[in-house]
Amino acid sequence: MTWTLVIVLAVVAYTFKATGMVLAAGRRLPPVLDRAAALVPAALIAALVVNDTVTSAGALTIDARAVGVGAAIVAAWRRAHLIVVIVLGAAVTAAVRAIGM
Amino acid sequence: MNDQRSVVSAGLVLAAAVGVFGIAFGAGAVSAGASVWQTCVMSLAVFTGASQFSAISVIAAGGGTVAALGGATLLAARNGVYALAMSRVLPRGRLATRLIAAQVTIDESTAMASAARDDADARRAFWVTGIGVYVFWNIGTLMGAVAGSAVDPAVFGLDAAFPSGFVAMLAPLMDQPAHRAAAIGGAVICLVATPVLPVGLPILCAAAAVMLGVRR
Repeated sequence: MTWTLVIVLAVVAYTFKATGMVLAAGRRLPPVLDRAAALVPAALIAALVVNDTVTSAGALTIDARAVGVGAAIVAAWRRAHLIVVIVLGAAVTAAVRAIGM
Repeated sequence: MNDQRSVVSAGLVLAAAVGVFGIAFGAGAVSAGASVWQTCVMSLAVFTGASQFSAISVIAAGGGTVAALGGATLLAARNGVYALAMSRVLPRGRLATRLIAAQVTIDESTAMASAARDDADARRAFWVTGIGVYVFWNIGTLMGAVAGSAVDPAVFGLDAAFPSGFVAMLAPLMDQPAHRAAAIGGAVICLVATPVLPVGLPILCAAAAVMLGVRR
């Protein structure tokens, strides 16, 4: 591991974050862009759920996580508290793994 | 998600789970050949878990700096898109606040903020989660780097804790057709793009799904 990697990655990562934050800092966005920006978290977080649940190293995979997150989806649907959903998702995944699926 | 204590406690639960991954990262980075200093500076300055894990896995597999940067950059890019969205809920014109907010703009803080009912709740959720995750990630990193890791987060199903939490944060948004369209579109894009695009890009491409919601 080189210091070059640590420093360049830090600069790159912060530049992404700061650009997005500062770009629209002083003004209201045009209405269409503002609406689009408001929908970004829904689109990306849903994609992240797919990524974290059914992919592994760039390939689609079904394993214990799919069962755990499936249980979490049911609990979230029933409007269970966020902490309950998180703990249930982790516990079901751990249990399925423990029995060797 | 409406009362304050609920936001704080949920943010801290996520932060604690991140801390366990911090331990795994710290231990993994040192065993990939990084010094304790390099490992801790990386977590303090980069603060993008997926990028950092990607970088050390390339190094551990014998890859070079350029290869490690390539994959890590793709995974860091989505924070820029999150920042555009979070920019809307932070007060306008305060540059210093925004430059600090930028560093804690990550999956967890964005998801928690987007589940909030109004801008004031969103700001609170963003800062509590962002700072909580920052603190636990860095403490975990130091512990793992110094002491090594005896815990595998997967044994406790902690890798499923994040998508589970994100599902719960998305749930209140699903009543709104525009958000629902964006979320379903984003999920489908990620599913279709994963086998064909490099890791990190499918999530970035999912941003295109906002087009499905803009006109609703």
